[in-house]
Amino acid sequence: MENPYYPYPVRIASTVIETEDRNLKTFKFEFLDPADEEKFSYMPGQFAELSVTGKGEIPIGIASSPTEKGFLMFTVNKVGVVSSALHNMVEGDIMGVRGPMGNWYPWEKLQGKNVVIIGGGFAFTTLRSSIVYMLHPDNRKKFGDIHVVYGARSPGMLLYRDELAEWERRDDINMHITVDRADDPDWKYNVGFVPSITEKNAPKADNDTYAIVCGPPIMIKFTQPVLEKLGYAHDHIIMSLENRMKCGIGMCGRCNIGMEFVCKDGPVFTLEELNRTPREY
Amino acid sequence: MRFLKITKNDWARGVEGLKDSFRVFGPVLERSHFNFRPLEKGQEPDFSFRNTRLSPKSTVYPQSEILFTYTLDKSRPDHHVHKEPPRDETPRAILGIRPCDAKAFGLVKLNFDTPEYKDPYWLSAYEATTLVGLACDEPCSACFCTSAGSGPFDEAGLDVLLKDEGDHYLVKVLTEKGGKLVSAAGWAGEASGAEKAFVDGAAVAAEKITSFVSADKLAGKVTNQLHNAKFWDDVAFSCINCGTCTFLCPTCWCFDIQDEVAGTDGVRMKNWDSCMFPLFTLHGTGHNPRGQKTDRVRQRFMHKLKYFVDRYDKGIMCVGCGRCVQHCPVNIDIRRVCEIMNEYEPEPETCPA
Repeated sequence: MENPYYPYPVRIASTVIETEDRNLKTFKFEFLDPADEEKFSYMPGQFAELSVTGKGEIPIGIASSPTEKGFLMFTVNKVGVVSSALHNMVEGDIMGVRGPMGNWYPWEKLQGKNVVIIGGGFAFTTLRSSIVYMLHPDNRKKFGDIHVVYGARSPGMLLYRDELAEWERRDDINMHITVDRADDPDWKYNVGFVPSITEKNAPKADNDTYAIVCGPPIMIKFTQPVLEKLGYAHDHIIMSLENRMKCGIGMCGRCNIGMEFVCKDGPVFTLEELNRTPREY
Repeated sequence: MRFLKITKNDWARGVEGLKDSFRVFGPVLERSHFNFRPLEKGQEPDFSFRNTRLSPKSTVYPQSEILFTYTLDKSRPDHHVHKEPPRDETPRAILGIRPCDAKAFGLVKLNFDTPEYKDPYWLSAYEATTLVGLACDEPCSACFCTSAGSGPFDEAGLDVLLKDEGDHYLVKVLTEKGGKLVSAAGWAGEASGAEKAFVDGAAVAAEKITSFVSADKLAGKVTNQLHNAKFWDDVAFSCINCGTCTFLCPTCWCFDIQDEVAGTDGVRMKNWDSCMFPLFTLHGTGHNPRGQKTDRVRQRFMHKLKYFVDRYDKGIMCVGCGRCVQHCPVNIDIRRVCEIMNEYEPEPETCPA
């Protein structure tokens, strides 16, 4: 019997401080046993339990794309016991990764469709995975137009800045990067909140256009009416939820919203599905 | 189906014999109340009980269980890598489990044995266990098993069913596992015509059950309407979130996972948890989706009486054992809450004039 609680042993291959407040760090992990990488086969939108031996586990969205081989990447906000311990760990340290877990963005359904990615703050991790996945030469032709609206409080709080700049230069993806405010006189992108930048730049809704929304509650609250105004149907608005989790496999009982477990039946739901469940997230 | 008749002397000798090849659990009087405990050599299960205070779930699902061990000592080659401790898969027998509690294992199994994931700790313990039930001739006043999908002679979760006949037991062997246990105990002596005793006994015992729930309309309710109903504040008003109900319940399975380290040696373990506690759902940010008492009381009843019903189509997640009714310090009664939920009709929407 496979033990779903067993974390694959991994080595920290690199750590990068992502943001000016130093609260977000990106970790790359390599599997100690290369055979485990085969078993850890995932899709963008899934998450994993990062297992810091001696401290505990935290559920974190996978930021790398399955098209990137040889490592797994996660960006972690420093919040509690486990994430703080993880922030103190260094290259070469050994820990565990358990997963992949949950469902993923509906890539089958999105084939041939336009995709609008709307993200805010540090919820951009699985969205980065999605963008890298869609832009891969094997995949790009499977999708229509790709728009990305991504906002953070300030330029220094944006994740993956080098990649954002690279995507800005491409002509097969429409980037709409924004910050709440910029002190930097050389800031050449948008200034404004995600909902208003979405209203200005997102394509009009049609049956072939889907929005993937991932961000802090306040951003989601004000983005939803904008998408409705643009005509997006609730089954064309795709969201990813977070809840406190332990097992990650639908057994420990805490992350449910009604009869659905965020860890196993989610974390990805359409707004139409969420409308039918209690708002316990 | 095999029926046996064994004297109480045969019973005692057989129980002693079982201990050579099984870990044997049975009800034991502990000061004022009974609980299921492992039986020592020479110790007999005490069948003078009505039911145990705690459910027997811990015989399969310990309150605290080690999932992994590890060392943080970097001089060791396998440091920081999780290792599964050897599991004790010795056959175990639970003697005298009540039919409702045995049925509960079947409901909990739906959570731990899914198409996608199997919990090897729960499942291996469950598979190693033979359940020897004792039919309820004298149900408690709080029992409502007959309307909660079980009954005083319910065979659903059992391998063997015993009926106490004063100086002897009638034994109904229900499964292959049960047959093996009966052979290991050396119990023989076919009892032809014993079937009638069980049928009659079941009817007499069922007559003695005086409380009931109606759950027939729960599946038809709209989740969000029930969730938003106004009665939850009233239901939760007196609750002190003590967690007694979830602790005693044979069908409550929620758990926590924690790491514990002493020096450089550590374990990761699984501990019973409760939806009654605010920490159960508290986010790292401080946000809590079930931050209020009402949210948590509602979660417990909605889980048992609505979410479970919808998810598995196997009835309610309650076997009517009555423990939570008997032991709730503020007299919250699942029978009443079930009634309220089952009868609930959403408030008619009033049109603005």
